Amino acid sequence: MGASVGQGWNFDVHRFANPTQFMRIANAIFPWAAGLSALLFVVGLPIALVTSPADYQQGETVRIFYLHAPAAYMCMMVYGIMAVGSAAYLIWRHPMANLVARASAPLGAIFTALCLICGMLWGQPMWGTFWVWDARLTSTLILFFLYLGYIALGDAFEDPERGDKAAAILALVGSVNLPIIKFSVDWWNTLHQPSIMSKKGFSVDAGMLLPLFLMLGAFITFYIAVLILRLRSELLAAKIRNARLSQVAVNHAPQAAE
Amino acid sequence: MSVFTTVLARDLRLAIRQSADSLTVVAFFAIATVLFPFGVGPEANILARIAGGVLWVTALLAALLSLDRLFAVDFEDGTLDQLVLSGVSLPMVVLAKVSAHWLTTGVPLIVISPVLALTLHLPMEGYLPLLLALLVGTPTVSLIGAVGAALVLGTRRGGVLLSFLVLPLYIPILIFGTAAVEAATTGMGFTPMLSVLGGLMILALTLSAWATAAAIRQAVE
Repeated sequence: MGASVGQGWNFDVHRFANPTQFMRIANAIFPWAAGLSALLFVVGLPIALVTSPADYQQGETVRIFYLHAPAAYMCMMVYGIMAVGSAAYLIWRHPMANLVARASAPLGAIFTALCLICGMLWGQPMWGTFWVWDARLTSTLILFFLYLGYIALGDAFEDPERGDKAAAILALVGSVNLPIIKFSVDWWNTLHQPSIMSKKGFSVDAGMLLPLFLMLGAFITFYIAVLILRLRSELLAAKIRNARLSQVAVNHAPQAAE
Repeated sequence: MSVFTTVLARDLRLAIRQSADSLTVVAFFAIATVLFPFGVGPEANILARIAGGVLWVTALLAALLSLDRLFAVDFEDGTLDQLVLSGVSLPMVVLAKVSAHWLTTGVPLIVISPVLALTLHLPMEGYLPLLLALLVGTPTVSLIGAVGAALVLGTRRGGVLLSFLVLPLYIPILIFGTAAVEAATTGMGFTPMLSVLGGLMILALTLSAWATAAAIRQAVE
């Protein structure tokens, strides 16, 4: 279509004009995010894993919570960022929104995997088994598959722009489906009444809030710092690709004329 | 509306002339279901207990197998480009193609399912909810599958990728489809599950055609 070819040219110009400004801000944020993340991990991990009070019922295993809960929070937040970024890319063709979404996906998948692994390790002492078809575990597992599908689809095309668009549409379809899947799994779970299902409804003690928020802050700043690193390397890779392409074009121009 | 009927008639005519494709899907459904007694043993009470779930899972996998030719053939020979360029309503074209897909794969699966249910010793009261749930659920399977099929157009390993994208989205249909059969066989009402399946179908009907059209547009660009 004629219109889309014209937009395609604008898009390429955008790709070089916009990222410089975006990266100027991102590069200014980076040392703060990275430093804050390191500080929060250094302060938060000892408090969470050593000095915070053990639970009167769960004992020392409650410390897994300080890794599990922030990871669980991050895997939802990152999917949200991915969905918003994909929508911004599809609606306004904002190239940086797409880069943010694509660069966030592997991070989200890793947070989801971390959340699942922590959950399984916590489930063994608490429920007596590594895996329960608990509603939350099940829907987190499905979220993990949605992340993997998004990453796989984005990388499946020879033309990177097609991968960007297909992945963006998938992210939006997934974000519509996520609440439906969550509802279905909750309903399915209550129908089947798992025998050793324990409600994680312990009222959080004030002594637990400090390490929880320290770890959550550490995770969020870690995400921001790594995201900026990934954006930086992605833009550099695009620059190298373009430089190579123009070099090839220059080298082959005389041969084409012969 | 004429766009819809034209595309529907064309796809149905193609499906009838290449009826081996539909038959393969039904044959897959049958053979995959028949594997289960070998896997879990021939005890009638165990088979009866899992019959609804087995039939739903194998029906989803059979439908999945047929999805990669939903748009791929038209994509390769350029028909899809012509449809996009012709300026007709693309979501309408998608709905027509999805309807044809359902009529040529969903309906044969529904028709054969009672026979397979017999081999799994499904209790008598399970047949009506199984048929009704398949009737309400399989259009959603085709609708959601169409989005995936359009997204993987032009990829190298489309089939495997397609299952990765689409199967997680099928979980709600599987949950409520199986629950309808289970509710009936344990003496409970199954209409709530059918209502949820109907709701899912309406939601898919309103959203999936647009998402599929967007995916096709970026594929033929």
